Amino acid sequence: MGDVVQVAAPWVLLAAVLLGVAALGVTALDGALAARAAGRPASVGAQHPLVETARLLRQRRRTTVAADTLLRHVAVGGFAVAPLLMVAVVPLGEWVLADASVGVVWFNAVDVLVWVLVWLAGWGPNAAWSLTGGYRFLAQAMAYELPLMFSLTAPALAAGSLRVGDVAAAQSGAAGAGLPYVVWMPVAFVVYCTGVLAFSVRGPLSPAGGPATSGGVLAELSGVDRLLVLAGRAGLLVAGAAFAVPLFLGGGSGPLLPGWLWVLVKTALLAAALVVVRRKLPDVRPDRFLALGWSVLLPAALLQLLLVSVVVVVRS
Amino acid sequence: MTLQSLLETPLPDLSVLPSLSVLRGVAVTALGVVAVVTGALVFRVDSMARATYLLAASFVAVGAAVVALHLDYVGVVVVLMMLMEMAVMGVFMVMLMGMNPALMPMSMVHSNRRALVAAGASFVVLTVGILLVEWPTRATAAPDGSAGSTEGGATTYSLGDALMGDHMLVMMVVSPVMLATIVAGVVLAQASGRYERLGDDLKGARR
Repeated sequence: MGDVVQVAAPWVLLAAVLLGVAALGVTALDGALAARAAGRPASVGAQHPLVETARLLRQRRRTTVAADTLLRHVAVGGFAVAPLLMVAVVPLGEWVLADASVGVVWFNAVDVLVWVLVWLAGWGPNAAWSLTGGYRFLAQAMAYELPLMFSLTAPALAAGSLRVGDVAAAQSGAAGAGLPYVVWMPVAFVVYCTGVLAFSVRGPLSPAGGPATSGGVLAELSGVDRLLVLAGRAGLLVAGAAFAVPLFLGGGSGPLLPGWLWVLVKTALLAAALVVVRRKLPDVRPDRFLALGWSVLLPAALLQLLLVSVVVVVRS
Repeated sequence: MTLQSLLETPLPDLSVLPSLSVLRGVAVTALGVVAVVTGALVFRVDSMARATYLLAASFVAVGAAVVALHLDYVGVVVVLMMLMEMAVMGVFMVMLMGMNPALMPMSMVHSNRRALVAAGASFVVLTVGILLVEWPTRATAAPDGSAGSTEGGATTYSLGDALMGDHMLVMMVVSPVMLATIVAGVVLAQASGRYERLGDDLKGARR
């Protein structure tokens, strides 16, 4: 196990490019689906992210009175960096940027960093809608974070390691019988995906930036700031999908194609599925989602964990 | 040169450098300085949000220092917990400072003289403690440079053993009970929950 090679730091540039392309891809897919739903040609919607990027790059930064510029910069910069910090521990086939012994916990720490970033993005502009969006995100975070944590624990427990490479290897090894963990941990997988939808600050499970708060944390962001936050949240969705690959989907294992390509294919498919599913879900108010999170998702994740624990004990 | 050979270009073998433990020492010291400076700045800024997140930055530096001391798990968990805690604390700080509007610039200090005495005294006590305590020597070999080893886990294990010893089982039983208590508390406190709608005996009419 643990047969991944840690590559030199400059390869982070390749990871950033891959992440950027994937983020552009999911945004284009989202735009195409939205355009089709509105009765416009899908191709127009698919071009939307590029058009929006060009527009935002030329747009002058709009500022508000008595804004906390420093904290806004921290939030905006953080959005650009957080997805990279997540994928740093995800093995691309046999290569990984950081072969951390506690990679699973690291991912969890970065997804908690998103709490900070969203709240700071809401606080920074000194504006009511932004602030409301930031607060709504924290209320929501209370509901999804604990179930998400326990869903991350299940694969790590089954693999007996917090190293992401080990978790991936355990699924293809003899002990895992070649079964990806999603097959016998479907509940943990669903809870995890719910968490990804929630922390990627978009759609029904992320009221921080929705129309109910007139754009919330995004309301006062303009120009490059807005571009980075929009790109960052798309990147968070992709990073969440990428992390599910070694955790639940068997990592780079698969027929014919090399490992790294399988990781990319699985990531792309899961990210696309999340975008499609996201559009089908109803909007959930944070306090309602709290009930769902604590009385459905959390017990479900714990029962899943119990099942995995029993399997681990019986097998040993 | 193919992509594969380029990717697998061997890194300089850091484990042979005698200076790595020195680098670690430098890192721990630098992170300690960052932790102290950001911690001190908490009292110099005039915004509740900045104070809260400077404190978070201070704790993150502490977590990173703990990672540099080979306690990977403990260090990353410190970062995780502190980011979460400070995000929630920021909400409460802003909320509870209603008399002294936290949405406006405000001073972060009060009772200066007493605070100085308390801070000075605790600094002296802690420093004397650090200097006088007879520190144990490391039981496991230092895991410097061995990227694939589980030595970091061994350090965490021995720390847990030293802290908890025979009480480990008790702690492990207590923690799910505590989690269950928290979940029950949230379920009971929920405004839209059934206890709120139907009364404590769950027999009331729907409100």
